[in-house]
This record gives sequence, structure tokens and C-alpha cells, in this order.
Amino acid sequence: MHWFQPRAGGKGSSMTVELVKMESVAAGYVDKIILRDINFTIHDRDFIGIIGPNGGGKTTLMRVLLGLIRPLAGTIEYSNDIFSRGKREIGYLPQFRVVDLQFPIRVRDVVFSGLMSSGGIFKRFSSDDEDRVYDILARFGVSHLRDKTIGDLSGGQMQRVFLCRALVSSPRLLVLDEPDTFVDSSFSVDLNQILQDLNKEIAIVLVSHDLGSVLESVKNIACVNGTLHYHSADEGAEHIMESMQCSFRLVGHGDVPHTVLKKHGR
Amino acid sequence: MELLTYPFFLRALGAALLVSITCGILGTYIVSRRIVFIAGGISHAAFGGIGLGYFLGVSPLVCAACFSALCAAAIEILTRRARMRIDTLIGILWSFGMAVGIIFVYMTPGYAPNLTGYLFGGILTVSYYNLIAMGCVAIGTIFVFILLYREILYLAFDEEYATTRGLPVKIISFILLGLISLTIVISIRVVGIILVISLLTIPQATASLYSNDFKRIMLMSVFFAFFGCCAGLILSYFLRIPSGATIIFSLTVVFGVLKMIDLIMMRRRRSANLAQGDGMCVG
Repeated sequence: MHWFQPRAGGKGSSMTVELVKMESVAAGYVDKIILRDINFTIHDRDFIGIIGPNGGGKTTLMRVLLGLIRPLAGTIEYSNDIFSRGKREIGYLPQFRVVDLQFPIRVRDVVFSGLMSSGGIFKRFSSDDEDRVYDILARFGVSHLRDKTIGDLSGGQMQRVFLCRALVSSPRLLVLDEPDTFVDSSFSVDLNQILQDLNKEIAIVLVSHDLGSVLESVKNIACVNGTLHYHSADEGAEHIMESMQCSFRLVGHGDVPHTVLKKHGR
Repeated sequence: MELLTYPFFLRALGAALLVSITCGILGTYIVSRRIVFIAGGISHAAFGGIGLGYFLGVSPLVCAACFSALCAAAIEILTRRARMRIDTLIGILWSFGMAVGIIFVYMTPGYAPNLTGYLFGGILTVSYYNLIAMGCVAIGTIFVFILLYREILYLAFDEEYATTRGLPVKIISFILLGLISLTIVISIRVVGIILVISLLTIPQATASLYSNDFKRIMLMSVFFAFFGCCAGLILSYFLRIPSGATIIFSLTVVFGVLKMIDLIMMRRRRSANLAQGDGMCVG
């Protein structure tokens, strides 16, 4: 079984590594099962868009993936590649609106929290941790903001900082929950570029209700509505997805780039 | 100055300092994490412990400590396990604690004890025994915050994210809730049950006018809390009013005055900025 073996060094071979594998997972609460029979595999350097109606279980799936809730049934396995220094490293960008923007915390401390650098009030960070934090802030062009309070930033700047927090621990998998909702539209454009660059190195799972913004960059799409339907990248555009389970509309003027997915197989 | 020669007054000053340190630090966590209502629930529930203490003939404050710690545990466990809405649960515990207290006080044989001190504070009657308890809680709080500062900061800012990064969120929350219960109980002597929340919120609100940094807000809250306590202590002595009321009055006046100054400064700065930008853009 290649599953538990550490990643073979070559870049070509790593495409097939399964980072996370869910088998017949059910999740939800005791009195309300939200997800049933989910089989879902995330390969190295995947770029999966998760779409589906509100209440369909997108968030629950993500919480299972992140280890915030235990599945009620089924198994979820993480490859050794996900672990680093004995910790499961999954980068996570929460929904913008769940963050308390009035909290008195400085930008660099937000990013430090991505490392969970421990230490008391007087202890300085290890220089390794400091380098990581300042490097990632520089990479996303927000170094100059590092001593600001999080609430003083614009929406786009904040999302960059939260991306820094998600990526500072060098995870092999990044999970984003509606990263461009409630944020200025110029950030959406930047985000697409950022994610495509990141995807050269790591796998990305992007949860979104806005399919239009997802389609540009994702390779595969998973529709979640109680169950999960997977649409791979090489699906032709000639099929119209009209299933009630995850219908969507594209509204635009003229040359809207579009992708049409196959019907869910029965 | 003659006041400083009285032992009871020195004890009151010591109590003011110790309680200010504890409330300044923990209050910053409470305000930042927006759990003021939880602290309010725990403090009112503590009254049940005081009533029980009278009924059983043991120290009311020790009983109150146990009672509020139990309440804190109930809040933490029931919201996580029983999927109860936290504000509903607190509303229940808040009033139930008071009710239990009143029931026990009236069931206690003999004449009803004077509850004013517990409800509104009596900083001038602090005993050495109280002072030692306050000192222990203050040292414990300082110790926990020095040791776990970063973890507490990350937890308070974004609990869910901290969980995904493997932080022992539940354990740290429990430790802090335990400290909050103890803090509330030692503060009962100073400001009373009904007014305990004030020491955990007003100094922090004042400090937040001047800093956006968690650490600095903690330090400045301690200062503002101590200032308010001292002013309230003196008022309490001369006017013969329960110290809780005078302390909260002082804390609030300080906050109100500084907030007004802050607003005026901000308005002045804004109009200065507008004057500067005049002619460059209109809109």
C-alpha cells in the first residue's frame, strides 16, 4: 500500500499522492444527518471547487475535513504528507464574516497564530518562526501592515493576512471557505492569480456558493447536497447540468467564459 | 493622609490593588472574546453559593466560589454537549442562582443576615483572610497569563481556527472560566455581586480608547481599575455609601470623560484632514 508511505521526492510522481481520503463518511448531528455516504479523495495538487446549495453540507464537509467534527460513520484518512513535525498541517481560510474585526490583535500576531507558536508573554519567537512569518507577509505584499490592528485593514488586505496565516506553516493542502464573499471585487481578481500560483505547489479545496468565481481556476468540481457528486476536469462542456440538486445560473453580458458539467450519474 | 494610618484602610487599598490586577487582566480576555454575558451569569449565580453558605453555616465566599465554578462548568459543558443556545442558558443560570440564594437565606434559622455587603460591596470591611485569597487569585492569574499568553490570545481571537491548529481549546477555556469564577468571588467583597461585571468591562473600555494591543489593554485596564477603585474607596469612606456603587461611579465617570475627549479630538482631526484635502477632491 503506497498510502502510508512518505512522498516520493520526484515532482512527477507526486501528482498521484492521495492527501486525504474519505470513505462512506456520514456527518452531522445525532438528530440531523447532513452528509451521507461521502467518498471524496483529495490528490496532491488538486484544485477542487466545492459548490452546492446553502444547507447542503458544504460547511459540514469542510469541518470534517479539518477535523473540527468527527464523522458519524465511515473513515477519513490523512496521508503522511499532510503531517509535519507530528502535527496535521491543513491551511484554513475561514469565512470572512466569522472573524471578529474589532479584536485587539496585530497583523503579525494573526500570522503567528498560524504557526501556533507557543510561548509566554515575555518569550520571543524562534528566529525560524519569525523568518517564516515575515517571509510570507512579504510574499503577499502586506509586510508594511504587520504592526497594524487587524480591524484597520481593508477587506482585501485582511484576506491576504488570513491567507498568510493559513499558509505560514507550509501546508500541502489549503482549504478556503468562500474566500471572496463580502470582500472587494478587486481582491477576487488577485485571489484567482494567487490560487493558481499556489496550486503549482499545493492542493486547494475551495468552498463557494458563487460558481462563476470558482470556475476560472478550479480543475474539478464537487457538488455537495447531502451527498457528493464529483465532476472531473476533463468533462466535456456539451452536457448541461440541470439536476435540481445543484443547479446554478450563469448571468453575464456577452463573452462570459463558461463550463457546463455532466448530469449527475444515477 | 491620616486615613493611611488605619489598618482597615490599608487593607482596602491592598484589596483594590489585587482585585484591579486580576480584573484588569481577565476582563481584557472577557471583553475581547465577547463573553461579558457569561461573566455576568457566573457572578449572579454566585449568590446561590452565598445563600447556601449561610444555610450550612460555612463561609459564604467559599461556597460562592464552588457555586460559580460549577456554573462556569455547566455553561461550558451544556453549550458544547447539549447544543443549548448560550445566552438562553446564561439567562437561566443567572436568575436561578439568585433564586437559590434567596431561598436559602430565608430558610436559614434566626434573623436574615445583612446581604448589602455581598450585593453592593464593602471594601472597607476586607479582612486579612480576604486579602490572602485575593493575593492567591491575582498570582494565579498572572502566572497563567504569563505562561499561556499566546495561546489565550489565539483562542480568544478565533477559537475555531485555533482548534484546527491543534490548540487544546477546551482545556484553556476551562482554566480561564475557573479563573473568572474565582475572580468574581474575590471581587464580591470589593464591588458586590450585582456590580462585578463593571470591573471586568469598564476599565477595558477605557483602555481600548488608547490601545489596540491585547497586552497593552491588559496593563492599562489594571491601571484604570485601580484608579477607579481608589477614588471609589475614598468616596465610600466619606459619604458612607457601599463601595460598589462609588467605585462603578468613578470608573464610569473616568470612562465618560476620556471618551468625550477622544470624540472631540477625533472630530477635530477629521475637520483638520478635511481642510487639508480641500480643493483636491470634492465628494
